Order: sequence, then structure tokens, then C-alpha cells
Amino acid sequence: MTALFYIAAVVAVLATLMVVTRSNLVHALVYLVISLFAVAVVFYTLGAPFVAALEVIVYAGAIMMLFLFAVMLLNVSADAPLRVPLRAWLGPVILAAVLLAEVVYGLVLTNPRLSGTEIGPEAVSEALYGPYVLGVELASMLLLAALIGARHVAARDGDRDADGDEA
Amino acid sequence: MAAVSLDHGLVLAAILFAIGFAGLLTRRNLIVALACIEIMLNAAGLAFVVAGARWGQADGQVMFLFVLAMAAAEVAVGLAIAIRFRETLKSLDVDEADEMKG
Repeated sequence: MTALFYIAAVVAVLATLMVVTRSNLVHALVYLVISLFAVAVVFYTLGAPFVAALEVIVYAGAIMMLFLFAVMLLNVSADAPLRVPLRAWLGPVILAAVLLAEVVYGLVLTNPRLSGTEIGPEAVSEALYGPYVLGVELASMLLLAALIGARHVAARDGDRDADGDEA
Repeated sequence: MAAVSLDHGLVLAAILFAIGFAGLLTRRNLIVALACIEIMLNAAGLAFVVAGARWGQADGQVMFLFVLAMAAAEVAVGLAIAIRFRETLKSLDVDEADEMKG
């Protein structure tokens, strides 16, 4: 399991380096997805399976979908060639394949019992809805404020009256 | 995970944060800058989880969930700003926005 940690750490660092160096926006975002998957594997090896699942679902799923959605809305790649050369797939495929091999190794070849210090979803949930329940309420208010703020900022001028208020 | 040295987890968090920071300073594209901020927030969350594993407490993972919610809120507003930015300045280069106008 130690080897899994170090392999995933190297993948995370390499993928993150690719994120900040790629000139193609969509390539950078796909490398970011690989980086988040790698960090999810790191969370799993650290004994935090609940957070590992959330990393994949919320970060790699929801937040990166927002990014790609914005890229499509902005039509950033309108003048870029649509055909992806085979060479461009080499890096992401190798890194993703290493991660896949790790998951298969973890599922098939090793004992699923990870460690004594593993903190499961039950302990996290008890903390979340026990001493931290106020924080959960504040997080929900923050998300609601972000939703309203994002709608207000992104609204076109035609949606507002002369005072800048929403029509 | 007792077998994984938690020092190395913190080192990984530091490396990821440094890469995100360097990217944020280097890249001029607004979307890439937001992605770099996501990398840095994720690295901070990783440090929280490592610390939680060190003491065997769930608090680190709870803090990661709060970082996650904050990152989602930040990226929603940030991408809305990117859309306005593109409509107003016909560009995504953050250097274009060097004038303030009410």
C-alpha cells in the first residue's frame, strides 16, 4: 500500500505539472482530472475512503464539469483544430493507465483491510453532524450565496434594467 | 495508514501547492488561473486529511469537506466572472483587465 501512495503521488505531481504547462485549455483541464484522481488514490492509501470518493464525485465530477461547461460556453477552442492527434493522447493515457493498474492491484491482489488508523464514513458523518453542524449550515449558505452571485454576475445586460438591477 | 510516512503526504501537498502557485503566477489565461487555484485548494485539503490521519481524528476530513464546498462556490463565481470577462474584453487574458471602472 505504501507503493500505491508513492506511485499515485508521482502521477499527481506529473499531471499537475502538465496542467500548468499545456497551451491547450481542454488538455490542461483533462490533466487536472487525472491529478484529482491521483489525489483520490492518495486519500485512499491514507485511510480516508469517504474523502477519496468525494474527491472523485465532487471535484473530478462536478467542479471539472463546471470548468468544461464554461469552456464550451466561452467557445474558447472555436479556432482550434477539432481533430485530436494520436500523439496528444499518449500522456493522459499512460498516466490514467498507471492509476487504473493501481486500483486493480488494490482490489485484487491486496488485503482490502488497509490500516488501523482508517477513518471511515461513519466517524466523519458523526463529526459532521455533531460538533460541526454549524459549519455545515454555513457551507450551505455559502453555496446558496455563490449560486445567486454567479447568476447575477453572468447575467447578460439585457436581463437588467438601467440601474443594473435584475429585471 | 501506518505504512505511509505522513511526512511524505505533507511533502506531496507542498509540491502540489507549489506547482499550483507557480502556475497561477505564470499563466495569463483566466480559466487556467482558476484551475491553479483549484490545485492549491486541493493541496491544502490533502494537508488537512494527512493531519487527520496523523491523530486518528475525523476532523481533518470534515475540514476537507468545507474546503470542497468553498472550492465549489469559488469556481462557480469565478467562471461567471470569466463569462463576463470574455463578453466585455473579448479575451481571457487577465492582463487585459488592468483598469478599474465602476
